[in-house]
Amino acid sequence: MIITVKKPLPELLEMLGGAKKVAIVGCDSCAAACRTGGAPEIDQMAQALEDRGFQVVARVLPQECCHKLLVRKELKVLPDTGVEAVVCLACGSGVQTVADNVCLPVYPANDTSFLGQVERVGIFHEYCRMCGQCVLGRTGGICPVTRCAKGLVDGPCGGQKNGKCEVDPENDCAWIAIYERLKALGREDLLFSPAPIRDHSAQAHPKHLDLRGTKP
Amino acid sequence: MLQNALTHQQFAVTAELAPPKGWDFSHQIQVAKTLQRQVHGINVTDMQSACLKASSLGLCIALKQAGLEPILQITGRDRNRMGIVSDLLSAAAFGIDTVLCLTGDHPKVGDHPGAKPVYDLDSVGILQAVRQMEEGRDCGGSPLSGTPPTFFKGAVVTPVYEPLALQILKLRQKVDAGAQFIQTQCVFQTDQLTRLLDAMDKARITVPVMAGVLPLKSAGMARYMNEKVPGVTVPADQLQRLEEAAQEGRRTGVKGLAQRLGIQMAAELIAQIRDAGLCAGVHVMAVGAEEQVPKILALAGL
Repeated sequence: MIITVKKPLPELLEMLGGAKKVAIVGCDSCAAACRTGGAPEIDQMAQALEDRGFQVVARVLPQECCHKLLVRKELKVLPDTGVEAVVCLACGSGVQTVADNVCLPVYPANDTSFLGQVERVGIFHEYCRMCGQCVLGRTGGICPVTRCAKGLVDGPCGGQKNGKCEVDPENDCAWIAIYERLKALGREDLLFSPAPIRDHSAQAHPKHLDLRGTKP
Repeated sequence: MLQNALTHQQFAVTAELAPPKGWDFSHQIQVAKTLQRQVHGINVTDMQSACLKASSLGLCIALKQAGLEPILQITGRDRNRMGIVSDLLSAAAFGIDTVLCLTGDHPKVGDHPGAKPVYDLDSVGILQAVRQMEEGRDCGGSPLSGTPPTFFKGAVVTPVYEPLALQILKLRQKVDAGAQFIQTQCVFQTDQLTRLLDAMDKARITVPVMAGVLPLKSAGMARYMNEKVPGVTVPADQLQRLEEAAQEGRRTGVKGLAQRLGIQMAAELIAQIRDAGLCAGVHVMAVGAEEQVPKILALAGL
């Protein structure tokens, strides 16, 4: 799940500048779950814009806003509306997918925050940073790249206080959690030696994956 | 110099010195000169507490050129593996031969909270990179030109830590990666130190330990450290003595009684550590009161 949070409305209004006729595009997947881009949020956004003198000429809710072909089909309604700008209530990937399909300014209404675990409806936690070199096999299934603020892979810094992180005392020290988990599993030996030095070329952006070019 | 003292089992002493938030090093050089005869190295911080200062390398070079013995602190917070190895090569070129490798405080706790944290290498990774340099290769495996540099390498440990076994696991990695001395976060009484030393004994980690000693300036500073500084615990009785000294100062109109007591307590701790032969030496962190260090060491009989 891609976690998004709403930008402050003034930031969006500044981006919109002189445009008057706007279309709103949401996303019925992640952004809907994050309450940033589902049907209710599209209506709220339309109301907020109309209250400020904008004319909302179209509302579109693709099932997945990051799906290029799907979005292309859904946006076919736009050219006939006289739309001057699009407000997109999806993640960054969704905003760009919309922008790829229209010859109009597309403005993000959200900030894209993290890849989230869903603890329960409306509660999300960052568990994976998509680093491209999974270390979970040696850390008891708890990711230090993500859940340690410094992303340390060899063990803790000295900065925890009462089990909480020096960077944000709301967060538990990931390394204490890893140690306790490994101890429970009888695998403290995994911490006897350092992890391999990380290969950050695995994080070179942008990344692509093409499953069509090769056959198994 | 530090290596020499530790090798010959002299009681080793180092003092910490921070570069200025500016480019005039004259005060630091002057302070360092007053310390010269009593210490085996001047340990120059690398933007400690993640607050911007002139670089450790810059002040280390200035100290070296003034005929002093700097110890270069290097953290993984601001430089990736290329920056670290590059700076270490420059350090070697200026004759700086002792380094202390640390992970580094996170930018978010310092004065540039919006800065990008690097942490390409942590303390263990930096030690591994230094070892690789000593074998004549950079982190990419390419050969270095000329004779490889040699460093006397140190790392740090936090003795007041729960679970201590986790610190010991990382300490073992640091020593395996080449750490030749270990400096502790500051301790205020010997039992904070002996707990660590016992755990190291049990884990069969044998490497010289330099106990961190910090002269407290006031009860307020002690309370601040207890609340804000991770891995530091000032015992309640010391806090009370500092408060009483401040009260007495207010009553009698004598200034600086709490600071004088802090200096005395630090000197007493150093003497206890040395007399009991607890560890190989001490590292004095005076955080801005470096000019008091000669007095502390003299009071401790050093």
